[in-house]
Amino acid sequence: MTQKTNTFDGRRWHDMGGTAAGPVPTDQHDFALWEKRVDALMVIASSKGHFTVDGLRRVLEDMGPEAFETMTYYERWIASINQNLIEAGIYTTAELAQRMTEVAARGATYGEAASG
Amino acid sequence: MPHDHHDHLSPSGHPYRADDDHPLTYWQQMEIAVRELLVEKGVTTAEEISAQIDTMDARSPANGAAVVARAWTDPDFRRALRDDASAASRAMGFDIGPMKLIALENTETEHNVIVCTLCSCYPRNLLGLPPDWYKSRAYRSRTVKEPRKVLAEFGLNLPATTTVRVHDSTADMRYIVIPARPEGTDGWSPEDLAKLVTRDSMIGTGKAKSPDAV
Amino acid sequence: MARPQVDSARYMRVRADMPPGHVRTPSYLRGKTGRVERTLGPFPNPEELAYRHAGKPLPLLRIRFSMAEVWGADAANPDDTIDAEIYSHWLEPAKAPHAT
Repeated sequence: MTQKTNTFDGRRWHDMGGTAAGPVPTDQHDFALWEKRVDALMVIASSKGHFTVDGLRRVLEDMGPEAFETMTYYERWIASINQNLIEAGIYTTAELAQRMTEVAARGATYGEAASG
Repeated sequence: MPHDHHDHLSPSGHPYRADDDHPLTYWQQMEIAVRELLVEKGVTTAEEISAQIDTMDARSPANGAAVVARAWTDPDFRRALRDDASAASRAMGFDIGPMKLIALENTETEHNVIVCTLCSCYPRNLLGLPPDWYKSRAYRSRTVKEPRKVLAEFGLNLPATTTVRVHDSTADMRYIVIPARPEGTDGWSPEDLAKLVTRDSMIGTGKAKSPDAV
Repeated sequence: MARPQVDSARYMRVRADMPPGHVRTPSYLRGKTGRVERTLGPFPNPEELAYRHAGKPLPLLRIRFSMAEVWGADAANPDDTIDAEIYSHWLEPAKAPHAT
């Protein structure tokens, strides 16, 4: 049986300094209202002591490189904020599950779903 | 300066997109649910969330430009900024929250540039939210190893006689670059000088505009 | 653990540890030596804050590394520098990395 060579040296995916990469992208996307709300939720929840920016980063890092490549910045943020709030005991996964289903039932667009 | 160009800016200087009529995504669904639960649990209120968005929208590169222009024209302020950039910014009336800021002065022989290799730390409480390129893998990876090549992509070619000082925002401090004051601006008011100070010049990926550019 | 010598030494070497989990010491600086640019803090340890612990207050040092020290022969401009903030438990007093 051939043994796989494990070349992992402990460096984590988000720790990017000095790795090879292409040109710096110049495109800029427009901030949407829902993204500004995610940003606001982070500032408010962390300023009230429910979790820290390091808690936010810890979950973002644990989400792995695939999330970095396939999700947008504020998509990753809301995923991490949610994880931290559940860990903090603010609400349960069951409460979130029910609410997400209710939200989706309100309509097919963000505007409809957000006006509960 | 392609990195500074936007056609439609919100009051904050950030591009803004209404998204009410786009199909709902899973993550938007989560945002709505989390926000409603936080309000119901008494953690926050709809008004507080709106107020926080307004606070963030009011932060823009124009705030930093005012700080830089004052540093160019007021030696006492320049010293105060060097000693404690947070206190100096607050003294000018800017609400920067708990942010701890360090100001880095560019000179003829030193050029400073800011990056965050571990995530995307940025002086957001003064300058507003960071541009997308600041959060990109390319900028985060390359700036600490080949800063001159990165700066050249922004149109900034520095002579070998200038030392490049890269600042990796790894922990509690945030940074703002005080770009060199452009030649030919003697006697200008701080208000007019501020118009020469670009966002990129305060990150270190650009210089202040020359007087004939405005 | 207190490391009083951390505050007075002029040069510091970053520990070369490679732990899992949330840390704020970039791997490209681990094992590298730089000059203390200034001392800040104390700030609570982010490695504890990230996991919902209080976070022991630690000195935070800004260390200035030369490109030559960090990238060796790969450094295109060896005298250019990188400054980074490193928490004191990652630092050990060291000798100057090379004649400057």
